[in-house]
Amino acid sequence: MRLYLSQDAAAKALGAEATAAAIRAAAPGVDLVRTGARGMVWLEPLLEVEAPEGRLAFGPVTAAEVPDLFAEGVPGASHPRCLGPTEALPWMKRQTRLTFARCGVIDPLDLAAYEAHGGLAGLRRALGMTPEAICAEVTESGLRGRGGAGFPTGIKWNTVRQTHADRKYIVCNADEGDSGTFADRMLMEGDPFCLIEGMAIAGRAVGADRGFVYLRSEYPDAIRVMQVAVDRARAAGLLGPSLLGSGQAFEIEIRVGAGAYVCGEETSLLNSLEGKRPVVRAKPPLPALQGLFGRPTVVNNVISLASVPVILAGGATFYAGFGLGRSRGTVPLQIAGNVKFGGLFEAAFGLSLFEIIDDIGGGTASGRPVKAVQVGGPLGAYFPRDLFDTPFGYEEFAGQEGLIGHAGIVVFDDTVDMLAQARFAMEFCAVESCGKCTPCRIGSVRGVEVVDRIARGEPGQIALLRDLCETMKFGSLCALGGFTPYPVLSALTHFPEDFDRARRAA
Amino acid sequence: MPASPEPDLVVAETRAILADHSAREGPLLPVLHAVQARFGHLPRAALPVIAEALALSRAEVHGVASFYHDFREAPAGCQVVKLCRAEACQAVGARELAEHAQARLGIGWGETTPDGSVTLEPVFCLGLCACGPAALVDGDVVGRLTPEGFDRLVAS
Repeated sequence: MRLYLSQDAAAKALGAEATAAAIRAAAPGVDLVRTGARGMVWLEPLLEVEAPEGRLAFGPVTAAEVPDLFAEGVPGASHPRCLGPTEALPWMKRQTRLTFARCGVIDPLDLAAYEAHGGLAGLRRALGMTPEAICAEVTESGLRGRGGAGFPTGIKWNTVRQTHADRKYIVCNADEGDSGTFADRMLMEGDPFCLIEGMAIAGRAVGADRGFVYLRSEYPDAIRVMQVAVDRARAAGLLGPSLLGSGQAFEIEIRVGAGAYVCGEETSLLNSLEGKRPVVRAKPPLPALQGLFGRPTVVNNVISLASVPVILAGGATFYAGFGLGRSRGTVPLQIAGNVKFGGLFEAAFGLSLFEIIDDIGGGTASGRPVKAVQVGGPLGAYFPRDLFDTPFGYEEFAGQEGLIGHAGIVVFDDTVDMLAQARFAMEFCAVESCGKCTPCRIGSVRGVEVVDRIARGEPGQIALLRDLCETMKFGSLCALGGFTPYPVLSALTHFPEDFDRARRAA
Repeated sequence: MPASPEPDLVVAETRAILADHSAREGPLLPVLHAVQARFGHLPRAALPVIAEALALSRAEVHGVASFYHDFREAPAGCQVVKLCRAEACQAVGARELAEHAQARLGIGWGETTPDGSVTLEPVFCLGLCACGPAALVDGDVVGRLTPEGFDRLVAS
């Protein structure tokens, strides 16, 4: 009898280790496979039991509930707590799991299971193609940077491919610092070989034989899994001097960050990797031309790279068949904050915020009305309900003075004070600014002060805040200072009553 | 609170760590992590050794180490509690939890209780955004942390 239980950090945070120990005590003979996460965080710890009709879901299962659940042996379909086959749950059925197809299904470190579930098909095909053809295929798929910037991945690769140098690098940006996002973490903990395969394909496509995964220190579980996965991949010939016997060399090193949000910005990340103080670099030169140690470098987000194997395996047309407008393929939506059904939901671009928040997310966890959602992390705009019909896509969100970023969606109920959120955005920027440019370094500190004066009801300060945001937006070197105005201005524009509070109280 | 290590020991061990990392490209950040993992903080005596081995100035090494939130100049308390302060956790009560934690321990962010038992640090996102408020306690993840749960954590 085979059982499955996630050891993803979110499952562990909700007690999965205690549940696992209780299951082993209650049913000593069972084969308990520890997987990554399905993404249904509200059901964690989620126990799955293998059955003829597919895996049966039970959740959440706390350690204290295990003795009852296993009172008459391993529970089956007739057990009152059985939710039915996992794949038939509405949350799972409505998804298009391309990048996350294996996540939550297999033991993340079982390379044989990875291959049995479609892994390595993309790399095998890529090894038989010319670098030019691989770049063309990725370009035709329409894949754009899933870190948030949305730059076409294939075009970036082709630039690196065409640049001559003695050495080139693939750098995976796994510094997923945006609040509300955990797709990178879930992928690395749940399907690390998929990222390794994507990086190997990138190496083949641009002529790079070395890669780094820059992984934030706030993700200790992901660091452990990725490190073991790289070692196993090397032992199996999936990394090393000759990938799968092709003669193509590729090596990966896991590098751990040290708690600096700005290192998610690609040039700061490169300085950090080089051992320099990680202030941002002015662009140009683009990292594609002069990146790590001055060499041509592909810097891609985890999800961008992890989407490449399925694109190569299924073909560009297959992938581009999903999505809307210029946003092709799927996006792992991360539904977070005060939400009833929170987690990761992979779908083609184009869902509206209404569908995502009310329908899939089930509204707030507190049961109170939704007041605002912040999309795209701490640099993303706050959306009020009257903009919830905006379809999820790069251009569509930009058209509403927002951004999709890394596709994190944080839900707030009606108790949230939007002035406090605007203040926090400025405070966060002040804490995390690298200090290189003045609009970000000084502007954010002044921003906190101006918001405090608005809170005290001082006149003229709102115009000053708008003016300051304008300066930060157009005068900052990178997105930290440049995008902090998004949450501030959206809060001010869509929730003016929260900024009038002090005067009303007086 | 653990006593500061002997400078001679720091120098010897830092040299050994540097030797382990000599094949790496851009080794400074992994070296700083390894030194902190060994001593619980970055002892002052380690910095000139690192600077010399990597052909950097002491100011450059200090400039890198002091940039990051993770590196500390003094040892932490026996238990290190990192509470998430980011938006997704704010949406489910992280501000209130942080106020409670500071009041309960009688310390602010980045401080250690006078008896050396607990260090309280802010963290901006642990990727546990659908099960907040989240915390990292000596490297272990905790979700849906309540004020009562916090009291149990620091009492244990």
